[in-house]
Amino acid sequence: MNKNHRVPSNRTLGAVEVKSKFGAEFRRFSLDRSKPGRFDEFYRLLQHMHRIPNVDLLVGYADVHGDLLPINNDDNYRKAISVADPVLRLFLQRKEEADYSAFGLDTLTRPKKTVLAAMLLRPDANRKKPLVIISLPRDFRPVSSIIDVDILPETHRRVRLYKHGQEKPLGFYIRDGSSVRVTPQGLEKVPGIFISRMVPGGLAESTGLLAVNDEVLEVNGIEVQGKSLDQVTDMMIANSHNLIVTVKPANQRNNIVRSGGAASGSSGHSSDSGTSFYGYSSPGIALATTPADIIQNFHPEELESDEDDEDLVMEVDGEAMPIPRTSSASCTIPFIPRYMPHLDLRTTNGALASHNRSGSLRTLSTADSGLEGRSLEEEGTVITL
Amino acid sequence: MKRFRRHGQESQRERIKQELYGFNKTVEHGFPHQPSALGFSPGLQLLAIGTRSGAIKLYGGPGVEFMGLHDENAAVTQVHFLPHQVELVTLLDDNSLHMWTLRAHHGVSELLEIGRFTLTGPPGAPPSVTRVTAVLAHSSGDLLLLGTEGGHVFIVKVPGFRELEERNISLEKVTNSVPEEYGGRRSLEHVESLQENPVNPRQVLIGYGRGLMVIWDLDSQSAVKHIPATQQLESVWWTEDGGHVLSSHSDGSYCRWKVAGDDPQSEQEKSEVPYGHFPCKAISKIIQLPTEQGPPFLFLSGGMPRASYGDRHCISVIHSKTHVALDFTSRIIDFFVIRDGPDHTGEPSALVVLVEEELVVIDLQTEGWPVIQTPYLVPLHCSAITCSHHVSAIPLKLWERVLSAGTLQNTHYSKKPWPMTGGQNLAPDPPQRDLLLTGHEDGTVRFWDASGVCLYPMYKLSTAGVFLTDSDPNDNLNQGTEGEWPPFRKVGCFDPYSDDPRLGIQKIHLCKYSGYLTVAGTAGQILVLELNDEAAEQTVEATVADLLQGQEGFRWKGHTRLEVREEPVTFPPGFQPFALVQCQPPAVVTALTLHSEWKLVTFGTSHGFGLYDYQQKNNVLVRCTLNPSDQLAMEGPLSRVKSIKKSLRQSFRRIRRSRVSLRKHHVNNAAKLQQANARLEAELAEMELAPVQRKIEPRSPDDSFTGLVRTLYFADTFLSDSSHNTPSLWAGTNGGSVFAYQLRLPPVERRGEDPVTAHPAKEIQLMHRAPVVGILVLDGHGSPLPEPLEVAHDLARSPDMQGSHSLLVISEEQFKVFTLPKVSSKMKLKLTAIDGSRVRRVGVAWFGSTRTDDYGESGLTVLTNQGDLHVVSLPGVKLQVQYPCIRREDVSGIASCVFTKHGQGFYLISPSEFERFSLSARCVVEPRSLVEVSSETPSTTQPRALPDGASVEPVLQEIQKSLEVDQTVLCRDSFVCVCYRTFLENGTSALAGGNVLSN
Repeated sequence: MNKNHRVPSNRTLGAVEVKSKFGAEFRRFSLDRSKPGRFDEFYRLLQHMHRIPNVDLLVGYADVHGDLLPINNDDNYRKAISVADPVLRLFLQRKEEADYSAFGLDTLTRPKKTVLAAMLLRPDANRKKPLVIISLPRDFRPVSSIIDVDILPETHRRVRLYKHGQEKPLGFYIRDGSSVRVTPQGLEKVPGIFISRMVPGGLAESTGLLAVNDEVLEVNGIEVQGKSLDQVTDMMIANSHNLIVTVKPANQRNNIVRSGGAASGSSGHSSDSGTSFYGYSSPGIALATTPADIIQNFHPEELESDEDDEDLVMEVDGEAMPIPRTSSASCTIPFIPRYMPHLDLRTTNGALASHNRSGSLRTLSTADSGLEGRSLEEEGTVITL
Repeated sequence: MKRFRRHGQESQRERIKQELYGFNKTVEHGFPHQPSALGFSPGLQLLAIGTRSGAIKLYGGPGVEFMGLHDENAAVTQVHFLPHQVELVTLLDDNSLHMWTLRAHHGVSELLEIGRFTLTGPPGAPPSVTRVTAVLAHSSGDLLLLGTEGGHVFIVKVPGFRELEERNISLEKVTNSVPEEYGGRRSLEHVESLQENPVNPRQVLIGYGRGLMVIWDLDSQSAVKHIPATQQLESVWWTEDGGHVLSSHSDGSYCRWKVAGDDPQSEQEKSEVPYGHFPCKAISKIIQLPTEQGPPFLFLSGGMPRASYGDRHCISVIHSKTHVALDFTSRIIDFFVIRDGPDHTGEPSALVVLVEEELVVIDLQTEGWPVIQTPYLVPLHCSAITCSHHVSAIPLKLWERVLSAGTLQNTHYSKKPWPMTGGQNLAPDPPQRDLLLTGHEDGTVRFWDASGVCLYPMYKLSTAGVFLTDSDPNDNLNQGTEGEWPPFRKVGCFDPYSDDPRLGIQKIHLCKYSGYLTVAGTAGQILVLELNDEAAEQTVEATVADLLQGQEGFRWKGHTRLEVREEPVTFPPGFQPFALVQCQPPAVVTALTLHSEWKLVTFGTSHGFGLYDYQQKNNVLVRCTLNPSDQLAMEGPLSRVKSIKKSLRQSFRRIRRSRVSLRKHHVNNAAKLQQANARLEAELAEMELAPVQRKIEPRSPDDSFTGLVRTLYFADTFLSDSSHNTPSLWAGTNGGSVFAYQLRLPPVERRGEDPVTAHPAKEIQLMHRAPVVGILVLDGHGSPLPEPLEVAHDLARSPDMQGSHSLLVISEEQFKVFTLPKVSSKMKLKLTAIDGSRVRRVGVAWFGSTRTDDYGESGLTVLTNQGDLHVVSLPGVKLQVQYPCIRREDVSGIASCVFTKHGQGFYLISPSEFERFSLSARCVVEPRSLVEVSSETPSTTQPRALPDGASVEPVLQEIQKSLEVDQTVLCRDSFVCVCYRTFLENGTSALAGGNVLSN
């Protein structure tokens, strides 16, 4: 089906021929190459063309190499227009059904046809080996990282776990233990804190960066030596939204081998915007890769940043309203802007949160709020003592 | 340059900090935990109490007290003052002897340990040879006679503990000097008692456990006389004229022996079993004292008929025809008698009894032998303390009214002054009156004068009368019928048995300006009380607050609500309840605040909170804070235990079922059965051997008890717009939520009719979800808002209403300041994330500078779960100082801590003792007392006259002389000073306002 469009078009170079595919439907139209406009206009145009005004879309295009690349901002939209040769082939998917694995770099050797067609129509077919996934940048969210490789001894590892907005539990336990230290008086046994257990499927386990019997040396930059198990527990929980633990891994064979100065400061940019972290989804990769792939984004001032705890404030217009008697408490809930992306990310969670909120503003809570509550229980109670 | 300047500022700040803050543990209030020994010095008029934990405490006149602690963690078994000196000797459980002295230092006496000693026997001797069982401090003041378990008496010279080996009285010497039938055949056993002849210090009496007593002459080193008692010996008393010896025995008998005359064997004059016929328990101590005219006083402890009254703790006092068995509520440790007269040799005036849980003093000179109220050593724990509340700077008017209400309760006490007068309390009267209120398990609230060193009981309020309880209050009064034998009389106030645990007081809030008090208890009851100088009969109106608000799926499995008396109840003068709110479900009240200006009370439990208008006596607001999935909070306090039990039971059942089913299918399959057994064992092993581990998981909204209300606060502030301030109510929960309500109060003239309304205005959910333990509004100057009525009484500057207010939310993990009326984060101080400790208690305090009177700062006083005290500045929330204070294992100590408004605090170091501490450099209340030995000759201060004043040996006489010279140096008494500055009275300060913070 692609073949038809290989024929050079006799239209002017000023226009870009667009072939947009959504499900089984095609739409064809053209755009002015010199004035592509902005991405959101283009997005609305697509929704209009396909008559799907209220469907969230994931827009991808096939570039010259046959790779499926995303269009989701002005930059890559303009790039897509500029490289269209001459037809811009678009593939639209419903966001909720989106198959992110379809995106990514393809090897040049692979026939384009197979790639595009097979991937889109039968997403799971033909996937033989795991791909390095590049998902949509705005959907990027870091899960964990190894940081400060340049300043730590090779035997230590500083791991950052991003719990924020995660459905997964952090998923590990700590215990008391003793470790051997080298002191001026010789070897000495000192009390230490160790990881005692990993919860299967938890964040800690899924990163592969922490393991049972790793000794915990620091929590968010603060040494744990001399602190009780309960103190360290409280510290970790207090920092759980952005937990940085420095451990001495029990297994020292997977340590990062530093190669001169090449490792340092490689990706300072990555820490600044929440959209450009690299995420590792499978364990092992991070360990196996070279230092250049490791993100060095541990900035002490970040610990102080308020990103960690934006409290929710709900205001009720007390002047305008008597005590609400029904469930329809008309209240404005101004979110703190920085919290928005997170809420956006986890749609289910966000929905639950707002549920809670509207429920809790009812001074005289009605019976149905209890029912709503019931449904919340599905979340599973995690009791932290 | 810049750096240099900053350095200068920092050092200046350091200096200011030193002027503001300083940590001291100052004084221990209450009754020593587990007392084990009692000593008394008639000369110094000091009593000494040793405890099982090795503490030694000295008390004289009110305010005169000293404390020492032995390094050894061993119980003090005996305390003996050296006659006519400021030294005392303690004997510990580990057989060590310690010498203590009161040494004057900068005009204040200090209790110091100056020596220690352990008897060493001959090599190879069994330890019993040197195990000390009896101690006699000889009246010469420089000899110590030590009787041992092996029956020997060692003589030691003090101070310095030099053994005088050649003068030891060995068992052999004694057995050789008594007739054959005593010495040879059986062991005399240990030395039970050593007594000096009151008229001849050369003679001492040695009483052996088996009954034999020997009078030994120290000079001639030979036995003068022997007393052939045959019953197991318990104690010995040598009468004042030296003519008789009284001995008490393990069979409940006592004997009188004539010792005058030259006959080497004394004859028994009298033998009596006072509670006889049936077998009796031992009389453990006997004292007989003469009176000017008439019969002597006889004091006996124990001796009760074994079968019927063997469990009583009694001291019998017999004088002429009067015979009373004082019946104490706890075990008797020891007792002594104080005597009148300059030499303390006159009429017996008071009997002082130390029992395990209190000190009881009986006035022996007033008809009926009433009890004298103790000014210190008061058992705080008569009923277990469940909460406490401190109110600083009480207005004189309220103070006097509380005092007079208290006086009316104390009519049964003796009018005589406190007989213990040792030392001098030179401290100036504290310039401000402080009240400490303790809530107790039996539903009483006790009011203590906490202004100075002595925690003095002022008034006791009982809330039980409002409710119907199982017990009849007249139960205790109907005993002691005529003709009962033994003639028991209950004494002492220690009564740990609560009729109904639901009566327990959990929260207290007193408004010192209006005299309104609110107390809340274990069964969700909230009483509002008013101070009334007259007795009044009234019915207490009860209002129910349904905190569940129709929440479904709820089953309360805890206790039921208290039943209220329908009929009018007569309340004595004092605080009288006039309104009652009962929470439904009747869970324990976890937060309580009163606003006397608005006449509102707010209360919270694990289910929600409510607002009650005590003028109109109705609920203004009820709010459920329960998380519907929180089963634990819903079911009540018992379910937690049950659920663990249940889960255990279930797992056993599961295992059993698998075994049963196995048997059913393969009856003979032994291997499978074995497997199941192994699994059972493994499961059990896992249960027992699982290492202590902690789960690392952020708090979730579904955690248990997130709805528990931790703190409630009233503030007049800018809640919804920045131009109008309005009354508001703030509530903080265990789940990190803050709810704010705007209150609308009718104008004063319509306050009785128009309803008070509350509208929800704001909710804040702290992201870290830690429990909110304190809420405070800071005015435009950053000072905490004053207490209600404080400004009206001209005792605080009115808050700044021009500048913008801010809201301080204190969670267990962070201190966070928000702007108002638009709530946005301004600054914060993280505690847990940095050092792993959590806020347990917080209060607002005003710290005055020691350098200048007019400088001071407000700050938060904070106690963490690690037992550390912090001061956090306001409004900048910066950590100022940190001091370790309580052991982190001492959970009840940490939980009991209460802060004052002037940087002091109290916490329980035992069920019966408060430790007082100070974080303020300026405001310190500590004992500073001076004890002096009277300058008269030692013999005149002796309790029992020493006719010839002869000392034992010429050599020792010299030593004694030099000691007398020393005494004048040693005995400078010193006293305590209370350095209080009342800023309130100066009117120079903005007083800290957040009365709600400590909870």
